[in-house]
Amino acid sequence: MLSRVADNLYWMSRYLERAEHTARLMDVNFTQSLDQTPEARDRRWERVLASLNATVRGADLYGIVEGLAFEPGNTSSIAACIAQARENARQVREQISTEMYEQINRLYFQVRNTNRSAFWDDEPHSFFKLVREGAHLFQGITDSTMSYDERWHFIQVGRFLERANNTSALLSTQFTVLRENEVAQPVMEYHYLDFVGLLKSCTAFEAYCKAYTADIQPERVAEFLLLNPDFPRSVCFAAEVIQNSLSAIGRSTGQRHAGRAQRLAGRLRAALDYGQVDEIMADDLHSYLASIQRQCGQIHDSVYQTYITYPADIALAS
Amino acid sequence: MFATEQQVRPHYQSIYERLNDMTADELDRRQQAANLAFLSQGITFTVYGRDEGTERVFPYDLLPRIIPAHEWATIEKGLTQRITALNMFLRDIYHEGKILADKVIPRSLVYSCRHYRREMRGVHVPRNIYVSVVGTDLIRLEDGSFAVLEDNLRVPSGVSYMLANRSVMKKVFPNLFGSYGVRSVDQYGQALLSTLRALAPAGRPDPNIVLLTPGVYNSAYFEHTYLARQMGIELVEGRDLLVHDNVVYTRTTGGLKRVDVIYRRVDDDFLDPLAFRPDSMLGVAGLINAYRAGNVALANAVGTGIADDKAIYAYVPRIIRYYLGEEPIINNVETYLLDDEKERRYVLENLDKLVVKAVGESGGYGMLIGPHSTAAEREEFRARIIAEPRNYIAQPTLALSQAPCFVEGNFEPRHIDLRPYILYGDQVTIVPGGLTRVALKRGSLVVNSSQGGGSKDTWVLYE
Repeated sequence: MLSRVADNLYWMSRYLERAEHTARLMDVNFTQSLDQTPEARDRRWERVLASLNATVRGADLYGIVEGLAFEPGNTSSIAACIAQARENARQVREQISTEMYEQINRLYFQVRNTNRSAFWDDEPHSFFKLVREGAHLFQGITDSTMSYDERWHFIQVGRFLERANNTSALLSTQFTVLRENEVAQPVMEYHYLDFVGLLKSCTAFEAYCKAYTADIQPERVAEFLLLNPDFPRSVCFAAEVIQNSLSAIGRSTGQRHAGRAQRLAGRLRAALDYGQVDEIMADDLHSYLASIQRQCGQIHDSVYQTYITYPADIALAS
Repeated sequence: MFATEQQVRPHYQSIYERLNDMTADELDRRQQAANLAFLSQGITFTVYGRDEGTERVFPYDLLPRIIPAHEWATIEKGLTQRITALNMFLRDIYHEGKILADKVIPRSLVYSCRHYRREMRGVHVPRNIYVSVVGTDLIRLEDGSFAVLEDNLRVPSGVSYMLANRSVMKKVFPNLFGSYGVRSVDQYGQALLSTLRALAPAGRPDPNIVLLTPGVYNSAYFEHTYLARQMGIELVEGRDLLVHDNVVYTRTTGGLKRVDVIYRRVDDDFLDPLAFRPDSMLGVAGLINAYRAGNVALANAVGTGIADDKAIYAYVPRIIRYYLGEEPIINNVETYLLDDEKERRYVLENLDKLVVKAVGESGGYGMLIGPHSTAAEREEFRARIIAEPRNYIAQPTLALSQAPCFVEGNFEPRHIDLRPYILYGDQVTIVPGGLTRVALKRGSLVVNSSQGGGSKDTWVLYE
């Protein structure tokens, strides 16, 4: 497969995952912030923006929501992510199934044709839902119309690296609200909403309740979103998919230097597989999450160095 | 379709009867079905200069154009002869230049051509094949014979429409089509692949063949993806290729992979920023050196544009006689060369009756159509011709033949031409059919897709 094709498939998938994540985060937080005090609301959106690594210039709640939904200059905005994903798909149109292209194209036009007054009139919720469902549909179509070959594995790597990154960034900003001694306690009322919001931002509320009942404890929330091997939005689950897909890519390309990316993915997975939440919390959750994000970055870099932007003379020598 | 006002030409008889039996509604329904098939398959071309909705369906006319076997046999022979001679001409021009030494063609005419490539002097091309893929535009004259209007020897396009028109036709009129005895065109992809394979450098028994496209923003991008899929070869852009030690590679996830043959749909000018336009982002630095070293084959070769220059066109009958010692089977349209003093005088006196074309232009631009022109336009062209006679040719105003088309619920006559596609590899292959282009505007003579043209399926019959 051409390196350019791998590059486009990887980013198509990453951008779409990012759009979906932003949509879910905004939907949950917008609804929850409606009945908060202005100070609590400001702090909440500060955290949301920090977790997305985004800035929206001097805006109120409505400005922030609009900015994150539509602003083309804001690389985390939903509209910008979907436009990018569609452009990536367009570049490799003959490499993906017709059904996939039609779906991402449709989603792009639905988002682009939403004007801002209609957005507020029809409730922002229905817009965010449209984006989420559009992205889910695309993933479903991808999984049911494509061969699970190298191309599909690059799509998987893009999607789950983005997910691992987003979930850990979200956890990190969320846990800044707690003072150290509160971590092991059942949450106080004013934190309760925040942690439900966190779980819902990862569609994890119901799954969490099934595992731990509705007794919301920060430590358990962290354990569930970080270390649960079965829940598809946990970091551990993502690490497993990344490792498997990178092994599959390594096998099918026969790249001599495939080892580094696989080793990094294996290390990340092992750290999460054998991690103990009490130790992580006792030690330093933030530096642990920062290390996960750093490792995601390293995996990204090594995928690029191995498969996409490798120097030509090294490839010729081998 | 009609020989005279009332008399249907024999090979159209059966379709004429069938169509007479159909109601306008039924025809309309089939037209809608055809349009939908094009749209859902994404068979579109790009219109430049607009931000939104840049992809358009190429208008498709429901009624086929039918060519009986004996007419096709002449076309096939004539085109084979013409391509063989033009290919020999190209080899000669870039090597010994015998035809110039023998003064059959003026040296100045060749060397002043914008598409002449000095870089190709003395370069050996695989099997001495310069033009592997050719699209030649034919028109039918009043006496019923075909004549060549133009040769396209650089990067001819449109073949995907020939194939797509056929597949839609089979879906929309299965019974009519099945009963007619129409020769198949579906083997084109296969034939193109073996043509390209024949160009592979020596010692590369299982050549890696790629199709080089300028990218998604090119007007023919659909065709590039379509042909790549049909042949099962990789569709690449300039940035996917790199040259090292005069060998071309694609950058793949599995490392660098050597490339042996490039079917390039990029013009000469943009192929290699080191050899031609330095600002080209579409090409590959070093490609021409690898090509000269014989490590990679290009189809078509570089510099073939010299042979489809409109002024050289006038000499093609002489080229055929010179290299093959035969009379041309398909004639040219009569053409006046304006740097010949006698012909120029005639043209300047008769500007109101003639068509004047700039030699470097295509797509229906830079033309004076005498009978439709104003005195001011004729004066302007007179001045231009006198200033630069080499840049213009003149031809009599032709009555392009017409065919009935289904326009807004009625059958109306429209002007048409025909572009068959010729492949030159191990041997010359012409897939029986071609792209019939239609000037869909009433009375218009311009069939180019950029200027409101459409197309028809072209049926070549077994007998």
